[in-house]
Amino acid sequence: MSPLTRQQFVRRAAAGSAAVALPGAFAALARAGVDPSKVKGKTLVFSNWPLYIDVKNHRHPSLDQFTQKYGAKVKYVEDINDNASFFGKIQAQLRRGQSIGRDIIVMTDNSPYPALLVQNKWVEKLDKSVLPNLANLQDTQRHPAWDPNRDYSLPWQSGMTGIGYNAKFTKPITSVDQLFTDPKLKGKVTLLTEFADSLGLAMLSNGDDPAKVDDASFDRAITKIQKAVKSGQIRQFTGNDYAGLMAKGDVWAAFVWSGDMVQLHADNANLRFTIPKSGGMIWTDNMLIPKHGNAYLASVYMNFVYDPKIAAEIEDYVNYICPAKGADRVLLKTDPGVAKNTLIFPTVAMRRQLHSIDPKALFNADYKTKWQKVLGA
Amino acid sequence: MGLLHRHKWLVPYFLLLPGLAWLALFFLVPLGYLGHQSLETQNPIDLSYAFKWAWSNYREAITGFDPQLFRSLEYGAIATVIALLVSYPLAYWIAFRGGRWKNVLLLFIVGPFFVTYLIRTLAWETILADDGPVVHGLRYLHLLSIFGSNDRLLATPTAVVAGITYNFLPFMALPLYVSLEQIDGRLIEAAQDLYASRVKAFWRVTLPLSMPGMVAGTLLTFIPAVGDFINAQLLGRPGQYMIGNVINSRFNELQDYGAAAAMSFVLMAAILIMIGVYARAIGTEKLTG
Repeated sequence: MSPLTRQQFVRRAAAGSAAVALPGAFAALARAGVDPSKVKGKTLVFSNWPLYIDVKNHRHPSLDQFTQKYGAKVKYVEDINDNASFFGKIQAQLRRGQSIGRDIIVMTDNSPYPALLVQNKWVEKLDKSVLPNLANLQDTQRHPAWDPNRDYSLPWQSGMTGIGYNAKFTKPITSVDQLFTDPKLKGKVTLLTEFADSLGLAMLSNGDDPAKVDDASFDRAITKIQKAVKSGQIRQFTGNDYAGLMAKGDVWAAFVWSGDMVQLHADNANLRFTIPKSGGMIWTDNMLIPKHGNAYLASVYMNFVYDPKIAAEIEDYVNYICPAKGADRVLLKTDPGVAKNTLIFPTVAMRRQLHSIDPKALFNADYKTKWQKVLGA
Repeated sequence: MGLLHRHKWLVPYFLLLPGLAWLALFFLVPLGYLGHQSLETQNPIDLSYAFKWAWSNYREAITGFDPQLFRSLEYGAIATVIALLVSYPLAYWIAFRGGRWKNVLLLFIVGPFFVTYLIRTLAWETILADDGPVVHGLRYLHLLSIFGSNDRLLATPTAVVAGITYNFLPFMALPLYVSLEQIDGRLIEAAQDLYASRVKAFWRVTLPLSMPGMVAGTLLTFIPAVGDFINAQLLGRPGQYMIGNVINSRFNELQDYGAAAAMSFVLMAAILIMIGVYARAIGTEKLTG
């Protein structure tokens, strides 16, 4: 028998320990109800909005943890900037029944697209057998009108639309009417290009319910905004770029998204967020699995993200509203400042002030065209 | 070769074939497809498209957006004129006085184009910021009320036209330079020998000889400037939005491809008419020089 070299010993020891450990790892996955053969070595392609996941040293810790636990790589692409343009990009292939090369996409429910994707059957069903953490979903999010049993989607983050202002230049702004008429703010106000955000807040300030839009309430809101545009009160309509204008001081007050204000406030304590007296809007970004995406792998990932520890990690960076219960308890220990921030974990009183847009209004071509005319196009 | 010997008139057409094939594949075919799309209507419920000879798209394009269309032609024309006034002295100086530094100076003109269009326009948001040096300077000179409105420059027509002029300046400067560079200096000497003053020599010799460059530059600047929308979106407000913004919103936000295609054709027709009138006025020999 030839003597055992050191290299041979080390190699065989490594193989032996792997052989001993592997069944244990498989067993752990199997205990979680996940079939390892369906996830190991596979790649999850995840399309998302920018600045919407945890980042540390150019890596995404939560995605690395997912790879470590399940052996599946994640290709994370931040190529969604706007619901309409992203839908425009993918609709041709979906219409022809082709794969768009993604397993998860994220779209906002204050645009017609999540409802459209479900209606046209352009999305896969979630595999609920690997989604025990579905139980952690906030009760208020369980039954949206366009996906009543959460068969096709799960929230990624929610957000509030309200008024943001720069305390250095203006007193606190508590009402939409003040934003539209205060002469001291003339030319220093921007609104959002998103129909549901700007019109929703305008409708609330008129005393109308944005969850039930009819022609009359729509016209009242449009008239109000148009008057403010004509008078020069409204400087511009922006997407996310209001953040840069507010930071520069060109804009003193605007319709803003809550998560942005949390992030901006960290750099400039003068930038504040308020829910208008007449009420604010709430919207949810939802994870969907496009047709021919890997529904099993995507569902495993969604389950992973609804674990309170992982949700807390992501929440600590993103600072929007967490859809998973229990994350605030985890954050109370690791980052109490975030846990106690009511913009990230709104109180019940705040939630009562928040409204969603009527999904039928989003499909109305007449409304959409009238809104674009107000935007100047 | 027998065919071509017998029918010599075919030879030029065979020589044109590759170019014509390219034009057909990359210009005529897409144009035909766009024309087909301009007559489609969109089902608002499931956002599918159906070909229905929808001439209403054209009717809406022509009648619904007059302000934006005329504003685009206006802004494009102003930007072209300013670009010409700025580029002519620049190109003249580089061509006649550039000497060894000609290439370096040309690089300075083209340099900003290494940065993407969007970033260049965003930079103007900072340059023209309410608290920035340009606004402060104009306010000090009491010129802000003329150029700006409400004590600012951003979200005014001035900012939009300034952005368009800046972004298309090289398209004016470079053809002008090429045209001026080719002028034989001895022609100007000859004019001065014949008792012409410097100014008269410029007016009677240099300027007419640089006409091809001016025509090329104005066309290359005006046509894309009219269709621009980024400058209006970033530096302007709804009152300054151009026809490009309308087409963009129809395409990207409303996914109403029929309306967007119809508007594109209307814009193309408007520009072609203006260029036709322009070419007639200048005389087409000047285009080729």
